[in-house]
Amino acid sequence: MSVAEKKPAQPQRKRPNDVQTRPHGPIVPSANVQGSALLAVIAIMSFLACLTLGGVSMVRATAASWQSQISREITIQIKPDDGLDMDKALNDARNIASSFVGVTSATIMDKQATSRLLEPWLGANLDIDELPVPRLVIVTIDESAPPDFAAMRDALSKKIPQASLDDHRTWVNRLVSMARTTVAIGTGVLILVFSAMVLTVIFATRGALSGNRHIVEVLHFVGAEASFVANEFQKHFLIISLKGSGAGSALAALFFMIASWWQSRSLATPASDQATALFGTFSVGWLGYVGIAMTMILIAGLTTLTARLTVMRTIYEIDQIRSDPARSDGLNT
Amino acid sequence: MIHFENVGLRYGLGPEILRDITFDIPASSFQFLTGPSGAGKTTLLKLLFLSLKPTRGLIRMFDRDIAAIPREDLPMLRRRIGIVFQDFQLLDHLTTYENVSLPLRVRGKEEHTYRNDVIELLKWVGLGQRINVLPPVLSGGEKQRAAIARALMDRPEILLADEPTGNVDPPMARRLLGLFRELNRQGTAVLIATHDFALMDQVDARRMILSEGRLEIFS
Repeated sequence: MSVAEKKPAQPQRKRPNDVQTRPHGPIVPSANVQGSALLAVIAIMSFLACLTLGGVSMVRATAASWQSQISREITIQIKPDDGLDMDKALNDARNIASSFVGVTSATIMDKQATSRLLEPWLGANLDIDELPVPRLVIVTIDESAPPDFAAMRDALSKKIPQASLDDHRTWVNRLVSMARTTVAIGTGVLILVFSAMVLTVIFATRGALSGNRHIVEVLHFVGAEASFVANEFQKHFLIISLKGSGAGSALAALFFMIASWWQSRSLATPASDQATALFGTFSVGWLGYVGIAMTMILIAGLTTLTARLTVMRTIYEIDQIRSDPARSDGLNT
Repeated sequence: MIHFENVGLRYGLGPEILRDITFDIPASSFQFLTGPSGAGKTTLLKLLFLSLKPTRGLIRMFDRDIAAIPREDLPMLRRRIGIVFQDFQLLDHLTTYENVSLPLRVRGKEEHTYRNDVIELLKWVGLGQRINVLPPVLSGGEKQRAAIARALMDRPEILLADEPTGNVDPPMARRLLGLFRELNRQGTAVLIATHDFALMDQVDARRMILSEGRLEIFS
């Protein structure tokens, strides 16, 4: 005998007057202490996560730029020697370098430039001709198709025994390893911050849900299916997490925008130069902003999923209690 | 409609709270469940409301053995039972109207399909002037009637009420009893768990008396 077949008749009632009721409020209260605390936690954690993400991408970009700048140039150094015609040797060195495929330009560092280079150590108004100072040829190379350094070195030493080629490998290698270490540390910090964020969001969501357990129980006992209850809580926590992670991510994006704007406005000032030397440019690029948006989506998804799983588990527990009367002390009804 | 046979229940390794409980609740019947405090009335109501499984014995509800019902089917079965909790279990952030319409809302019904029914029912239980009020503002009797209205909202086949007059004065208790009798006349089976002998004396109905875990029935 189904319900439809035998429904008790409803009591005789009059038609209702035109009674005003407010639009249905959400089943899960939209604002309570736990919800506000969760919103604040999510906002703070997403701000920190986005800041770390932006910071790491900035460090990575700066490290790549160092590496690229230093590996774009090589130097030919010619040491003075008795009987060596320095000007001829410099011209020969430039011609040898220019003859190699992969060299985009070769420039002799003139006396004034060399003098300026030595100025910090030897003082101003230095007469280069009076001192046995090595001279340099700056060779710019194509990074993507560099010349054959060994062959260039051989050609130079055959023609000019006093010449030596510095391809900056030592510096490049040191910078590469420093950049890699910096990026690895940054990535480690990012992983730690994200792990802390994930755990904080999960625990804060579960904490906020525990304050609403009675709602889960009432809904369950008025005949709500588990999926309905889970959907109601999921909606509620999705809104909270979107608000929180949106606020945190927007703040982080704003921080990078303001820092980048400040840096561009104060170019060539000591403060800006120092900041640029330490952190590179405060520009995270569009990929950085995509990362910030992805972080926001990740946090929102995580919170929603945690809410759903926790509610489903609460309902499962209520049903477990049903099967195990020894646990019924945990049930309110 | 409901059949208990040699039902026993114990919590963990403790003594049996209910022993060899055997009874039937026919459709459209009216009965009281009474007994001293701690006799197991609330536990028996929990068994009837499917929030507990017995440790032994057979329970058949609506022609189904409850031991064989998968948990996914429980919400559908609970919808055929209305329950009034002793502590009302109203949601404080929802108005009386929203609390009472909750059973229909969770069934996915659109508000316009039940709005008039809910308002009619609220008027019928005497809460016509308290439709937009939040539970913390309601008196004990009003909360009780709101809880009763919620239990009745989806026209259950049986109504279980745990101490429904425990928080109200005698005139309100008589009024609530009148509500239950009216409901029973319309075809809903009613089981009221109560200590209130004065209340029971007002109705010539079957009395199920629980004492030390055993049940005696007086027609």
